[in-house]
Amino acid sequence: MTRPSKYLKIFAYTYLVFLYAPALLLPIFSFNSSQIIAFPLTGFTLHWFETLLYQSTLHEALRNSLIVAVSSSILATILGILASRSATRYDFTGKQISLTFILAPLVLPEIIVGVALLIVLIQLGLSLNLWSVVLGHTLLIMPFSILIMNSAFNNLDISLEEASMDLGENQFGTFYRIILPLVFPGIMASLLIGFTLSLDEFIIAFFLTGTDTTLPVYIWAQFRFPKKLPTTMALGTLLLVTSFLLLSLSEYFRRRAVNSRSSVL
Amino acid sequence: MIFEIRTETKKGWRLLSIPFVFSLLLLAAPLTMMFLLSFWTQDYLVLDKTFTLNNYIEAATQPVYQLLFQRSLIISLSVTFFTVLLAYPMAYFISFYGGERKALWLFLITIPFWTSYLLRMFLWKVILGYNGVFNSLLLWLEMITEPVTFILYNANAVVIALTHGWAPFAILPIFVSLEKIDRSLLEASRDLGDGPFHQFFRVILPLSAPGVVGAALIIFIPTVGDYITPKLVGGTDGLMIANMIQVQFSKANNAPLAAALSASSLMVVAFISIVFVLFNKKYLRRY
Repeated sequence: MTRPSKYLKIFAYTYLVFLYAPALLLPIFSFNSSQIIAFPLTGFTLHWFETLLYQSTLHEALRNSLIVAVSSSILATILGILASRSATRYDFTGKQISLTFILAPLVLPEIIVGVALLIVLIQLGLSLNLWSVVLGHTLLIMPFSILIMNSAFNNLDISLEEASMDLGENQFGTFYRIILPLVFPGIMASLLIGFTLSLDEFIIAFFLTGTDTTLPVYIWAQFRFPKKLPTTMALGTLLLVTSFLLLSLSEYFRRRAVNSRSSVL
Repeated sequence: MIFEIRTETKKGWRLLSIPFVFSLLLLAAPLTMMFLLSFWTQDYLVLDKTFTLNNYIEAATQPVYQLLFQRSLIISLSVTFFTVLLAYPMAYFISFYGGERKALWLFLITIPFWTSYLLRMFLWKVILGYNGVFNSLLLWLEMITEPVTFILYNANAVVIALTHGWAPFAILPIFVSLEKIDRSLLEASRDLGDGPFHQFFRVILPLSAPGVVGAALIIFIPTVGDYITPKLVGGTDGLMIANMIQVQFSKANNAPLAAALSASSLMVVAFISIVFVLFNKKYLRRY
C-alpha cells in the first residue's frame, strides 16, 4: 500500500485533537484553582473534588442513579437474553418484524420516547418515580443487550446443546449448565454497557423522574450556577474515569464472548 | 415436517413474547397514546376527547412552529453533512493506512465519547462561551483582541457541538464499509488506467456508499429531536423543536399540542429518511 498523502495525515491528527478537545478540559479544569473556566490556568487544587464530599443532594442523586442503573441493566439483560436466544436459535414467522420493532429505540429520537412514556403514565394516573425511569431505561438499553447477546449466542455450537440433551439433561439443565456459562462473558458485557448507558442517560430521566433526581438530572440543575462549575467539572472527571473503567471491562468481556467458542473447543 | 415448524415457531415465540410484550407496552402503546392525544384538546386540566385536527393545523401554520421545524431540519441536515464529510477521510485514513494499528485508531476515536453526552455538550458551552476556553485561549495567545461571538448561543454553536458529538457514529459505519472493499478492485482500476481521482470517485466512493447512507441516517434521525444541545449552547436563536415540545408539556400545559408536534416531527423525519434511502438505491443501482 502506498503512503498516505501529507494532507490526509495532517487532517487525521487535527481531527483527533478536535475529538479530544472537550473531554480533555474536564480533568484540566477540575484541578484548576480558579472558579472561572478559562485560560490561563491559575494553579493546582483538589478543592473541587473535596466539595463533592459534602453535597448531600449529590449523594442522593448518585444513590438513585445506582438503583436505576442496576435495576434497568439487569432487566434489559434478562429481556435481551430471551430475545436473542429466540432470534439466534429458532427460525419462525414474524421474527424479523418483531425484532426490528424491539430494536426501534436505537434510532428513535429520545424526546419522542420520553414524551410518549410520559403521556401514558399521566393518562394512567400513575405517579412518576424512580421505577418509571427504570422502565424507560430498560426500553432504551434492551436493544443494546440484544445486539451484544446476539454475538454471544451466535458463537454457540448447537452440537454442545444436543450432546447435553443426549446425555440426559433436560432443557432447563442444558440452558443452565451449558449455555449460560458459555454466554456469561456476553451477559457481563451487556450488564456493564447497560449500567453505563443508564448512568449517563438524561432525557428519559428528566421526563420521567418525579422528585427523585438521578445524577444527570442533578448535573443539569447544577449548570445554572456558574459558581458551581468547577465542582461540576470535578464530578464530570470522576464520571469519565468510571465510564472508562466500566467500558474497558465490558470490552474485555465482549471479546471473551466472541472468542468463547474457540476457547471451548 | 409441519409439526417441526410449528414447534420451532412455538419455542421461538415462547422466548420472544416476553421482550416483545414489554416493547408493546412501553413503546407501541405509548406511541399510540401519543397519536391519540394529538387529536384531542386540553383546556387547563380538562381533556376534551372529541376528534380534532386543530393541533396539527396549529403545528403546521403557526410561524413559530414552522420556524422551529425548519431550523431543526436545517441544523440536523448540516450536522449530518459535516459529520459525514469530516468522518469520511478519517475512516479512509484508518482503513487504508491504519496498517497494524487500525484497532488502536478506532479505540482512540471512541475514548472521548465515553464521557456522558450531557457533559460533552455542556463542555462545548464552556469552550464556545464569550469568556470561554476558546476565546480566553485566543486572547491569551494574543491572536484576537476581542472575544469572537459568532460561535456563541446560536445555530452555529449547535452544529459545531453536534458535529463533534456524533462523530463516532459516522466514522465507524464508514470504516466498516471501506474495510469490505475488495482491494483487488483497486488494483484492477489502476491497471485499467484510473488515476487516484477517478479511482476514488468511480470505485471507492460508490462501494462505500452503504456506510455513508447508514451513517447519515444514524445521525440525522436522532439529532432532529435533540433537546440538550440547543438548550445548552443554542441561546434563543438556536432552539429546536424538542425544546418547544418540552415547553408545551410543562410550562404551557398543552400536552395535546406537544403530542402533535412530536408526531409531526416523527413523520417528517421518517419521510425524509425514506426519500433519502430510495434516492440512494436508485442512484447506486448504476454500480
